Amino acid sequence: MFASPFAQQALLIKRLKPAVFLLCLLPLADLIYRGLTNQLDADPVDDITAVTGTWGLRLLLITLAVSPVRQVTGWHALIKLRRMFGLFAFFYACLHFLTYLMLDQFFAWQFIVEDISERPYILVGFSAFVLLVPLAVTSTNGWVRRLGGRRWQKLHALVYGIAVLGVLHHFLQVKADISGPAQYALILMVLLAYRWYRRRGKQAGKTRVKTAERGQILKPGVLSDTDV
Amino acid sequence: MLINKPRDIKASEITDYVMFKRRREFIKTSGAMLALGAVPMLLHSPVTQAKLVFESLQKSAFSTNEELTPYKAVTTYNNFYEFSTDKRGPAELARDFKSRPWTLEVAGEVNRPKTFDVDELIKLFDLEERIYRLRCVEAWSMVVPWVGFPLHKLIAHAEPNSRAKYVEFETLYDPERMPGQHKSLFGSVLDWPYREGLRIDEAVHPLTILAVGLYGEELPGQNGAPIRLVVPWKYGFKSIKSIVKIKLSEDQPLNTWQAQAPREYGFYANVNPEVPHPRWSQARERRIGEFLKRPTLPFNGYGEQVASLYRGMDPTKLY
Repeated sequence: MFASPFAQQALLIKRLKPAVFLLCLLPLADLIYRGLTNQLDADPVDDITAVTGTWGLRLLLITLAVSPVRQVTGWHALIKLRRMFGLFAFFYACLHFLTYLMLDQFFAWQFIVEDISERPYILVGFSAFVLLVPLAVTSTNGWVRRLGGRRWQKLHALVYGIAVLGVLHHFLQVKADISGPAQYALILMVLLAYRWYRRRGKQAGKTRVKTAERGQILKPGVLSDTDV
Repeated sequence: MLINKPRDIKASEITDYVMFKRRREFIKTSGAMLALGAVPMLLHSPVTQAKLVFESLQKSAFSTNEELTPYKAVTTYNNFYEFSTDKRGPAELARDFKSRPWTLEVAGEVNRPKTFDVDELIKLFDLEERIYRLRCVEAWSMVVPWVGFPLHKLIAHAEPNSRAKYVEFETLYDPERMPGQHKSLFGSVLDWPYREGLRIDEAVHPLTILAVGLYGEELPGQNGAPIRLVVPWKYGFKSIKSIVKIKLSEDQPLNTWQAQAPREYGFYANVNPEVPHPRWSQARERRIGEFLKRPTLPFNGYGEQVASLYRGMDPTKLY
């Protein structure tokens, strides 16, 4: 008996997963290495804030890119990496938030409250972080079962809004050079446009096309073909 | 008022620093050339320009005795968009920046307009060490031992006429030497050349200097070689770098950041903890090298010297 293409891919992904896991830790490892060898910027807090924030945003976009990439390439087993990417995005967002709280402000609550209420970029970033929390909590298989696929998907559609907030958070801090955040904005727009285009096509051909081919290869409940 | 205890005899007093550097360069180059068997080329090898070192500087009563920010931090953490918008970028991209030959034009409402060679200008006035606090608009600060002379000396030398009410400054525009001035996919970062301006009474205030060095050596490219403004009671972006032109004028000039974001940057840009930047607080700052933020002082702690310049003006309009 031969394994299906999906099973073969899944096996490969399963073997690669630890390597991808370590790869996701690389930015943190580099930060720690530079910290220990005194190679951080003259303002280390600013450096740590920038690195953790950047990787939070990058991993969020990578998470969003998983479905388009697997649909375009046919590498459907990539879905097995998505939760890990999403949780790593949350991990770096946590580090970013803790850096702000502990290193930048050193728990000066008065200034933190003022920042959140008066500085739009802080409010936007903080909102994105808060919204990530329920997604991280409900990322387990157990929660998918408890909520039911449909409701779970609805909840996790929040990730698009969070990504928009994340890019906006970056944009609002620019003094003159928008090229950095503009790159992320462009990537996000492509991802959103792809999703919109696909959805429209699907609605138009709902009665014609049964998603049989995709339906077969996806585990019901955990992995839906309309995954968000 | 240096905190560092000076050694009794500096090595540089025994061997002239420029000679020392050139000798090193000569030994290095000739060694390499000999190894390559390219002896004839030696005759044509250019003399590498060594760093200028300023000796016997006058001390100043305006200097602070706060701990100096280390040389490495002062020269690797720079906002100099002419090279890069990344703070580490300028140190790398300005490494080979040639600041000679360099001319500085003094023009406008003066009786004696003149274009100076920068080395000629440096010899014209006694150089002083001025240890100043530098407060960036981004809420970090440093303490820098500048080498320079008061701007009022140069202005007096040019003999301003009665119409001279403002002083405008302009940075070099040369995208070949300052790569940050190239247009990117998203257009120019700023409207080059960088321009800044002061009211004449601010310009001739004894605290305002033209700096040509720091830590006793000539300015590195990333710090605004060969000559820059330092106005310690204003946010750092007022202290324009790599100046090629100083023009005295009758009308208030429009400065680069003012033009870029008029809601965020005004003409004065005096350090003021009470007036937040529209996007962040100015109440505190992080002194580079320190962990906890410290409160920002009005006029960056120079209120005693400069507050009188703004008497009768609304302090919240002086950002």
